[in-house]
Amino acid sequence: MPSIMETINIILDGLPTLLKGMGVTIEVTVISLILAMVIGLVLGVFSITKSKVLRMISTVFVDIIRGTPLLVQILFIYFGLPSVIDISLTAFSAGVIAITVNAAAYLVEIFRAGINSIDKGQMEAGRSLGFSYGQTMRLIILPQAIRRMIPAFVNQFIVSIKDTSLLSAIGLAELTLSGQSIYAANFHAFEILFAVGVLYFVIIYSLTLLSRWLERRLDVA
Amino acid sequence: MKMIEVNHLKKSFGKLEVLKDINMNVNEQEVVCVIGPSGSGKSTLLRCMNLLEEPTAGDIFIEGDKLTDSKTNINELRQRLGMVFQQFNLFPHMTVMENITLGPKRLKGKSQSEAKKIGTQLLEKVGLVDKGDVYPDKLSGGQKQRVAMARALAMEPHIMLFDEPTSALDPEMVGEVLQVMQNLAEEGMTMTIVTHEMGFAKEVADRVIFMDEGFIVEQGTPAELFDNPQNERTQAFLSKVL
Repeated sequence: MPSIMETINIILDGLPTLLKGMGVTIEVTVISLILAMVIGLVLGVFSITKSKVLRMISTVFVDIIRGTPLLVQILFIYFGLPSVIDISLTAFSAGVIAITVNAAAYLVEIFRAGINSIDKGQMEAGRSLGFSYGQTMRLIILPQAIRRMIPAFVNQFIVSIKDTSLLSAIGLAELTLSGQSIYAANFHAFEILFAVGVLYFVIIYSLTLLSRWLERRLDVA
Repeated sequence: MKMIEVNHLKKSFGKLEVLKDINMNVNEQEVVCVIGPSGSGKSTLLRCMNLLEEPTAGDIFIEGDKLTDSKTNINELRQRLGMVFQQFNLFPHMTVMENITLGPKRLKGKSQSEAKKIGTQLLEKVGLVDKGDVYPDKLSGGQKQRVAMARALAMEPHIMLFDEPTSALDPEMVGEVLQVMQNLAEEGMTMTIVTHEMGFAKEVADRVIFMDEGFIVEQGTPAELFDNPQNERTQAFLSKVL
């Protein structure tokens, strides 16, 4: 059993590398989730329109992405795609694409359920005043729906943050891989993985606190 | 001038035919009440008049413009048709004033101060001038419905459609809502009202339409329809509700 001082020193030695990895993890997550929210919203609205084609696009996307493991998607995008089409992706961009696409599929369902939870009289009231479908969505339905969606969004964001650890499989030096590279050299797996866990917890717990504050502020109905 | 003209209107939901060949008009400044048993199709008829329900067959003209033509700009046309719903359908994330001014600001390009002026006038009209900054969940049912009327009127509609405006209200709130509607009728608003309030129809309507099983069975002045109904289905219905 190593002493407390030794443990702290091992962690402190590894900390600069870990914090760099944590930076990459946050960067991938933030970029991916912003993109995923946009795709999720668009496909979520597709999924409730009258157009069969748009509904089909949304359904097929959601079914394929939810029906396959994220690790396979990551490997497919990074190793699979460049072998048949002429693109070369960095581990970072492949990671962003994979996390974006995966999170978007789950966000589609959150948007769909959230929008559907708003009484249909709200759409009718908006349309009867003379607002278009798009205006009614933007001014009346979404502002109400998004408040209700916040807890589900936060849940998905947390899942996505943790999912980024799978990007270590394609050599992206995010938090998990940074940890692995340290204990591969110094063999202190216990201390380093403990520190890695703490850093993930810090990111996720900060997000949790932020969402609780946001929910209170918006007085979610 | 015919404000609303309905020709051979049919509406089916799946296999269920709710409206079977409806023909009717509403003239300028006329107040028409549509009465009839539940399931007679009266709400569906009203909802067809601003295309909240898509007619299965037939044509509807609003001030001469063909509502049922796909080339008609439905959003522009709906601005001329105010609608009041049974369930109020106020926007819960906005204050009373914001509910009323949303349309004038976003659709008619009114400035914040112009819109607020309109809003204040309308709140005075419906007797709720002190409620502008309140959210709808703090209002009683009767107050909500009066705000809903103010919201519809803010678009300066040429016609008002009412879909059972007092059916969701506690009995003691019905009077205040009917009073606002009566004032509106006296100002000369063209109104089509689906209602169960026979007393109101008797007093305020220029014409009463009785519907049953998807048909207009009988129509006439309140005196004709209530005091001397010709059709036996009208007689049977009135004997139950009067």
